[in-house]
Amino acid sequence: KKTSLVVVRSDGSLNLNTGSSAGARRLDQLVTNAVAVSASLLSTSSTSLAVLIHELLLYEALREGLEEEMDRDNRVCVMGEDVGHYGGSYKVTRGLADKFGDLRVLDTPIAENAFTGMGIGAAMTGLRPIVEGMNMGFLLLAFNQISNNCGMLHYTSGGQFTIPIVIRGPGGVGRQLGAEHSQRLESYFQSIPGIQMVACSTPYNAKGLMKAAIRSENPVILFEHVLLYNLKERIPDEEYICNLEEAEMVRPGEHITILTYSRMRYHVMQAAKTLVNKGYDPEVIDIRSLKPFDLHTIGNSVKKTHRVLIVEECMRTGGIGASLTAAINENFIDYLDAPIVCLSSQDVPTPYAGTLEEFTIVQPAQIVTAVEQLCQ
Amino acid sequence: MALSHLSSTRSNRLLRPLAAAASSLCRPISTSTEPLVIETSIPFTPHKCEPPSRSVETNPQELLTFFRDMATMRRMEIAADSLYKAKLIRGFCHLYDGQEAVCVGMEASINKKDCIITAYRDHCTFLGRGGTLLEIFSELMGRQGGCSKGKGGSMHFYKKESGFYGGHGIVGAQVPLGCGLAFAQKYNKDENVTFALYGDGAANQGQLFEALNISALWDLPIILVCENNHYGMGTAEWRAAKSPSYYKRGDYVPGLKVDGMDVLAVKQACKFAKEHVLKNGPIILEMDTYRYHGHSMSDPGSTYRTRDEISGVRQERDPIERVRKLVLGHDLATEKELKDIEKEIRKEVDEAIAKAKVSPMPEPSELFTNVYVKGFGTEVFHS
Repeated sequence: KKTSLVVVRSDGSLNLNTGSSAGARRLDQLVTNAVAVSASLLSTSSTSLAVLIHELLLYEALREGLEEEMDRDNRVCVMGEDVGHYGGSYKVTRGLADKFGDLRVLDTPIAENAFTGMGIGAAMTGLRPIVEGMNMGFLLLAFNQISNNCGMLHYTSGGQFTIPIVIRGPGGVGRQLGAEHSQRLESYFQSIPGIQMVACSTPYNAKGLMKAAIRSENPVILFEHVLLYNLKERIPDEEYICNLEEAEMVRPGEHITILTYSRMRYHVMQAAKTLVNKGYDPEVIDIRSLKPFDLHTIGNSVKKTHRVLIVEECMRTGGIGASLTAAINENFIDYLDAPIVCLSSQDVPTPYAGTLEEFTIVQPAQIVTAVEQLCQ
Repeated sequence: MALSHLSSTRSNRLLRPLAAAASSLCRPISTSTEPLVIETSIPFTPHKCEPPSRSVETNPQELLTFFRDMATMRRMEIAADSLYKAKLIRGFCHLYDGQEAVCVGMEASINKKDCIITAYRDHCTFLGRGGTLLEIFSELMGRQGGCSKGKGGSMHFYKKESGFYGGHGIVGAQVPLGCGLAFAQKYNKDENVTFALYGDGAANQGQLFEALNISALWDLPIILVCENNHYGMGTAEWRAAKSPSYYKRGDYVPGLKVDGMDVLAVKQACKFAKEHVLKNGPIILEMDTYRYHGHSMSDPGSTYRTRDEISGVRQERDPIERVRKLVLGHDLATEKELKDIEKEIRKEVDEAIAKAKVSPMPEPSELFTNVYVKGFGTEVFHS
């Protein structure tokens, strides 16, 4: 199964070592809808494609990426709560403990501070651990380890130690999980120097980012979303990785640049359908790389459309959107025809009641209204 | 720290009455490796294990190495004190004088493939792991020749090739890191061990017990060493810990209480611990030691303890004096020779300081290096 490596750039162009041009055309079409596709909709003609693909769910894509890297490099190991015998609370590590054994897929006790620290210590010696937080919010207990040891040891040791660790887990607002289980930690971690942060949103980029994060010599925090694990998509059989620092062009357009990431991508695409019907042509970019921002792709887009809307699930105060607004204003103020609008979640603990929870996060209707106002 | 440069061909020496053990004429400073068995000052106190014997095997060369190493460390720390007061060292500076026996005894029982990780009182531990005086003083003064290129400071000394993993400022955070090092050793089937050092203050950190639980569960080759100098900054141990028997607090994990001012006891305990953990999983060593300085240079060290206490410990338990007495008592060197060694050390330290003082500060561009690993894409995006 392992042939050549495919690196897909955000503009859809490919860097294939081998492979046909038919494959290149196929991979251009990025699947964006969040609805799981039923088996009957799978056409039989898909098997006659020049490029071999297979369909899977996002959590399976994560697992595939993880398994391939663990096969490839003995130093890769996974530690977290219930990742081993239980198979992972979101099934990302299902089957891996049987295949790789207890020393490579480690069930930890409920001690985030300790096992995150242990992962970092192991990384200092050259192992490549992947630390899973059962919910990203639990990693707040390991904040000291992530900030001081993970982020800073490369610097304070004058370059002696690298920390090739991946810290991953699901976060974001789910379905009435309550305030403590609906946290978005990207805004808390974004100031930590020395780490990279990426957010996956499709099975395709989930697998690609997982592999890239494991191969990176820098510590990477991979943000997954609780509600996206069952997304279905067709991805190539051939091995590929995604670039950690690049944003993904979801829908090219002319009128306005909409920057988003993780689950909000789907709210944006839903709003985009409505907007297209109303005659607008939004350009949608999934920024993917939360730290550092891909100002190259974003900048090119701003220079084209001159209007920016940021849609995120972070809180308004001190969120990713706030930093992104500042970064775009600093760098591209001359190209903006209107102030940047940032739609974020409300600055409240996520309530339990369903209706209230809906009001907390950005909904497609708000996105449509914001675009209409910006494009006046 | 070799004695290789000491000549053993002195001719004019006063004959002294023969000591019982010496069967030949009095010799100059001994480089002999003839085994010598010395009893530790007090027996070990065990917790859920059989303590090692009080009789420690050593030899004259080793004892003299101990003397030299500890005297160098002592001199280095005193010099750092003066440099701090002269405002050449800034920020936080935590001095280790009084505790030298712990790191010297530990080094004598292990190799450089074993890992050591400690907190911020790390100057002497770094020296013991093979660091040089110049590197130390350069780092303390923030120069580019420092072991962390001037970017770490007093609390961030590391030496990867000698298995020294730092150097950590946040109390207790180094213990889970240490368990990670031990995990990697087990993963790689190394047959090496990790010593994770922490203080009596850090012994109350939750993450320590979390890490201990995981280490015991997974049988990791880790030795937790509590350097109990009886004061967590300004708070005495009995005011901070309900149970100050730190060697017992592992509960299901065996422990050993050691006289941390006796370098031979430390050596014996660490040797015992290394053998133990390779077979049986974690162990806790409590080193009963003392620091003469305050917690750091901003702490006079006399508001929470009496000067009598400090001078009392200095008189009765000083680790260097103990070795000096042993050396003189077994006729391994004369007092003059030991004083000469100390003079030599003083000169070495002064030279290193002088060299470090004139060495350059880091280049401004160094501000941005080593944030990310070079060549991994992110440096391209730095604005």
